[in-house]
Amino acid sequence: MSSLSPDIMQAVRTFVSENFLFREDRDTVGDSESLLDANIIDSTGVLELVAFLEEDFGISVADSEIVPENMDSIESISRYVERKRAQEAA
Amino acid sequence: MCGIAGLFGIDMSPDAKQGLLGRMIGAVGHRGPDGQGIYADGPVGLAHARLSILDLAAGAQPMCNEDGTVWVTFNGEIFNYVELRNELLALGHKFRTQSDTEVIVHLYEEMGPDCVTRFNGDFAFAIWDSRNNQLVMARDRMGVRPLFYARLGNGLAFGSEIKALLHVPGVNAELDPIALDQIFTFWFPLAPRTLFKGIEELPPAHLLVAKSSGDVSVRPYWSLNYPETSDDRVPLVSDQAALEEELFALFCDATRIRLRSDVPVGAYLSGGFDSSVTTSAIKHLKTERLRSFSVTFESAEFDESAFQREMVAALGTEHTSVLCRGVDIAEHFPNVIEHAERPILRSAPAPMMVLSSLVREQGFKVVMTGEGADEVFAGYDIFKEAKLRRFCARQPQSRSRPQLLRRLYPYLPALQGQSQRYLEAFFAAGDSGDPLFSHMPRFRTTSGAKVFFSDDLKRELVGYDALDDLRSRLPASFSRWHPLSQAQHLETTYLLPSYILSSQGDRMAMANAVEGRFPFLDHRLVELGARIPAKLKVRALEEKHILRRSLQSLLPEVIAKRPKQPYRAPDGHSFVGADAPEYVADRLSKSAVNAAGYFDGTAVGRLHAKAQRSAQLGTRDHMAFLGVLSTQVWHRQFVEGASTTLRSQNSSKKQETPDVVTFS
Repeated sequence: MSSLSPDIMQAVRTFVSENFLFREDRDTVGDSESLLDANIIDSTGVLELVAFLEEDFGISVADSEIVPENMDSIESISRYVERKRAQEAA
Repeated sequence: MCGIAGLFGIDMSPDAKQGLLGRMIGAVGHRGPDGQGIYADGPVGLAHARLSILDLAAGAQPMCNEDGTVWVTFNGEIFNYVELRNELLALGHKFRTQSDTEVIVHLYEEMGPDCVTRFNGDFAFAIWDSRNNQLVMARDRMGVRPLFYARLGNGLAFGSEIKALLHVPGVNAELDPIALDQIFTFWFPLAPRTLFKGIEELPPAHLLVAKSSGDVSVRPYWSLNYPETSDDRVPLVSDQAALEEELFALFCDATRIRLRSDVPVGAYLSGGFDSSVTTSAIKHLKTERLRSFSVTFESAEFDESAFQREMVAALGTEHTSVLCRGVDIAEHFPNVIEHAERPILRSAPAPMMVLSSLVREQGFKVVMTGEGADEVFAGYDIFKEAKLRRFCARQPQSRSRPQLLRRLYPYLPALQGQSQRYLEAFFAAGDSGDPLFSHMPRFRTTSGAKVFFSDDLKRELVGYDALDDLRSRLPASFSRWHPLSQAQHLETTYLLPSYILSSQGDRMAMANAVEGRFPFLDHRLVELGARIPAKLKVRALEEKHILRRSLQSLLPEVIAKRPKQPYRAPDGHSFVGADAPEYVADRLSKSAVNAAGYFDGTAVGRLHAKAQRSAQLGTRDHMAFLGVLSTQVWHRQFVEGASTTLRSQNSSKKQETPDVVTFS
């Protein structure tokens, strides 16, 4: 597995911290932890995340991509963003 | 009707006691603006604020028996007082009034504390029994009327609302962290706990007996039992028909005895099935003109006025509605908290206060409502949701079963906009063997709001788990009930008294001295509801199946078949933006939040900022916003003692005249 861009990870982590966790407490959520299981993002909250990804990373998120595999941890979100950017750049 | 307060076994001079009782009853004076009374003798002091509904001339309280050895202060109604009075007359008791209150003292003489088992009604009372030197307190089975108390040495103080107790020396307003954790899990504290450390609630269907020795015993006198799963079968068609007839007859009788009143009784008419059948039953029982009332909303997502107009036309009531705007919710919010006496995570109580204010302005003291049908006959969506989640859990590989989840909430646009996979992941919450399975999505979402708890508060809560606490209180037979009965038990025993009937019910109505009466909560109907097999209550995905079949003849067909639209209030979006009242920014400021100490000031600041820039907050964030704001308002009013100041600010600030519309 290729290593993730630290910039993207950091941006995603900051967004999740500020908008769902509301604090910088790094102990509360690990990079690979499920945000749904940890009660950090609920089913309506995921749409806020989608809006952020589209605005800040300039990608376009299809409905079929709004699935836990792409959106459920800081790591999976970052990986998804990288993949989308690569696709859209190609 | 009414507010009560009192003292027992607290040493003080007669003058001091009179003064204190006066202040205590004054604090709940809004519940009974028609008169006040105090009785003090020996170790006891009873106080009463009256909302006169029965025997307007002679019904003053506290009231005693023939020889003055039994005294009562009583809030509520004993609806079967006519029948009980006749029995007591036959036994030789002498009555001075035509009130239901007097029935309590005479039946107490006959039966002692067990007299409660004969009452059909909504009540909270305290009896001073001078012959046995004991104070007896009781609360109705479903928890319609409130009763709080505080132990003080060998004595105790009690009141209809906590604010009465805060006048008693030695009783202070201090937040109980466990209660806050429970509210941020279930929406309410688990009785007898309240948000105020050291102040307890007498749970519904419980009796308390206090002796002058300081000995206090609390015991249940009634509880609801559901059939064992093995007995929970669909009965023969002929038996179903008999059940439907029994339900119809009991509902009509429950409505009939709730019309006993010496002042006019109005009706809340939301346009839904429950309030419509209730209103229709009243029209069948009483031919005279009936006034009905409702609240309307600006947003089509919440507003039901088209249904209300249809019902008004069909039933021929004279109807008055009041428009509750988003800005009204934010404006009324501090007053709502002043009366609810605890944080709330939902905006729904505020419109109920706007509605009771309308009813009072129109000259009514009593309204009948359809409250309780959703709990007793399984109308809430959470019952269908749990059924569907179990259905999915049985075939986890199925791709078609979860498609049904979207059909559950056709009226929730935010939910309709979600991806299928996220819906599934959300509703998959919990293990189907967990006794709380039915409620886990709600409890989990609500608990998410705890991320705002301060580090200090979190430290105090280490080792405490609200879910485990609730699990440990469930009756031993719980695991043998049908899953629907289990979910109904959680709604009926916990959510109903502790949130629906209190924060959204009694406290919002009595803030304007309006008494609600609820035929569906007649205990005979509640017992029947528990006995009816689960499969007759929710048939496939049709909620309240047997109730609809049984009562549909009361309604025009087109209305009887309408899909459910639950009562929901608009989100508190008016708490932010240009119209936001000043108190919001003040209470949510970093300094105010950190000074109170319950929440993290920085995190709350971010939430406030997010609310200001987002058009729509997610469910968890919205609950957190209201929960934090209401806790901060509570702290200011009760702990910092600003109650009186806020109240006067609130009333001096010109409330815009609400939009009232009358038609028939």
